[in-house]
Amino acid sequence: MSEELQELGALIAAKRPDCVLGWDVCLGELSVDVAPSNIAGLVEFLKSDTACKFSTLVDITAVDYPDRPKRFEIVYHFLSMFQNHRVRLKMAIREDEIVPSITDVHPSANWFEREIFDMFGILFSGHPDLRRILTDYGFRGYPLRKDFPTTGYVELRYDEAQKRVVYEPVKLVQEYRQFDFMSPWEGAEYILPGDEKGEGAT
Amino acid sequence: MMDGTSFDDAQTGEQKIRNFNLNFGPQHPAAHGVLRLVLELDGEIVERCDPHIGLLHRGTEKLMESRTYLQNLPYFDRLDYVGTMNQEHAWCLAIEKLTGVEIPRRASLIRVLYCEIGRILNHLLNVTTQALDVGALTPPVWGFEEREKLMVFYERACGARLHAAYFRPGGVHQDLPPELIDDIEDWAKGFPKFLEDLGGLLTENRIFKQRNVEIGVITEEDVLEWGMSGVMARSVGMAWDLRRAQPYECYDEFDFQIPVGKNGDCYDRYLMRMEEMRQSAHIMIQACQKLREPDGQGDILARGKLTPPKRAEMKTSMEALIHHFKLYTEGFHVPEGETYVCVEAPKGEFGVYLVSDGSNKPYRSKIRAPGYLHLQAMDHIAKGYQLADVAAIIGTMDVVFGEIDR
Repeated sequence: MSEELQELGALIAAKRPDCVLGWDVCLGELSVDVAPSNIAGLVEFLKSDTACKFSTLVDITAVDYPDRPKRFEIVYHFLSMFQNHRVRLKMAIREDEIVPSITDVHPSANWFEREIFDMFGILFSGHPDLRRILTDYGFRGYPLRKDFPTTGYVELRYDEAQKRVVYEPVKLVQEYRQFDFMSPWEGAEYILPGDEKGEGAT
Repeated sequence: MMDGTSFDDAQTGEQKIRNFNLNFGPQHPAAHGVLRLVLELDGEIVERCDPHIGLLHRGTEKLMESRTYLQNLPYFDRLDYVGTMNQEHAWCLAIEKLTGVEIPRRASLIRVLYCEIGRILNHLLNVTTQALDVGALTPPVWGFEEREKLMVFYERACGARLHAAYFRPGGVHQDLPPELIDDIEDWAKGFPKFLEDLGGLLTENRIFKQRNVEIGVITEEDVLEWGMSGVMARSVGMAWDLRRAQPYECYDEFDFQIPVGKNGDCYDRYLMRMEEMRQSAHIMIQACQKLREPDGQGDILARGKLTPPKRAEMKTSMEALIHHFKLYTEGFHVPEGETYVCVEAPKGEFGVYLVSDGSNKPYRSKIRAPGYLHLQAMDHIAKGYQLADVAAIIGTMDVVFGEIDR
């Protein structure tokens, strides 16, 4: 299985050197790093090439890495029901970068791209209908970015006086609990109460 | 200009017809949850269909990033809350793949057994409520009686009827008692008789056929373009089932058939679901028999860092006690890496894309729900059908909003 994937990876890299930046087979899965400029062309190639025949788009998603200069990584998964293999394309993009949409090649990319726009705020050029999809009407912010708090910013409740649902800034009755399980032997930096006095004295 | 060159001239303002916009849901019983469809109707014909989803969005993926791997498991029950264990299965497989854990054979067989129960639970609900959507009242009443029995099997295995949290990374939570295996086998043997009765109500029913035959027809091209999977893909004649095509767990040693459709319409999908239930019952019987064989005995958890130590061990061993405490507070660490794992859930390909950074929490986990893509194709499929057919199409698409909205 993985030998076939090795061959397939080499084939894709050889045929589309302009798009492919690198590839590897890990855990029996082929993943290819690609450049964003001609993603639609590459996907079209993967769909039509007889050795690949990646006719089904399985999933598109994004991962946020705030520390990297190219903050987001868009991840495409394709499946070939004819050749019975899968491929993953990974594409690093900057926060202000606009990604070409692949809805012309795979109409099913439509909602996936909308979801990424909704969750990460990444824009897609050439998308027919780039609206928010999962969040509330009129929602602000991009929830799956790492700098978005899990609790969110607004909460809503039914207001008896106004007879309607009102939005309010979120109020937590207890602090959001986030435990740090790093053990001191793993290099966690603990500031024990009283430590700061010692540092000031010296 | 009133020169008679075009017919519209003769129409008064009242006669001019514009398309009618209709909100279908989010409180419509045939919307199977909280689906809001904005339909543009020309008379009774659907011209455009814009699904508004997200009314059940709970931010599962965001929540998962701040919880440990084990704490995340119950979220999978709450995705597609009809066939719950199949989703847990995907999550466990993803963790096991990244950590390289092999689960014991008995756990594997139990997983297959309960996945098939989940499939029947799902198809029973879907077939009968779809029949309800098109006007038959009796099937749900019959079907829910069988569902009830299956939920008792869930309950006897793990204590919960719906949100099981039974599959764990490294195996299953508890072993099955022999009586339960006997009862499940008895039930599975009697189930085809029930399916015959249910089929007697529907299969040749004139009204049911009028509402389903040649409604919501899809082609092979649609299946590929819109990324459909599961029953939707098979209804056009593509024999694509992940249990067969990319076997996971121990499905490769089971004997079962994959029903495929011919016409790709709602009626085909109904017939296929009925047949799939028969096949699932058949797999269940085989699994029960394998569970009784000598090589089907043994532990149900791969004892290691992923799983708790045995209760008795904790009474005597300090290490076991520490391990237990650390497992349920800090949780286990998963090696750095990424993987995409999918299972053949009752609705289609359910996948998890898991990115781990080596800590005790997933860095990112994407849930790929089959219903998301099926519902996306709604505009394409429903165009040109009548308003009443929308309910039939939604019904056979088998959408559940827990998994679509996540």
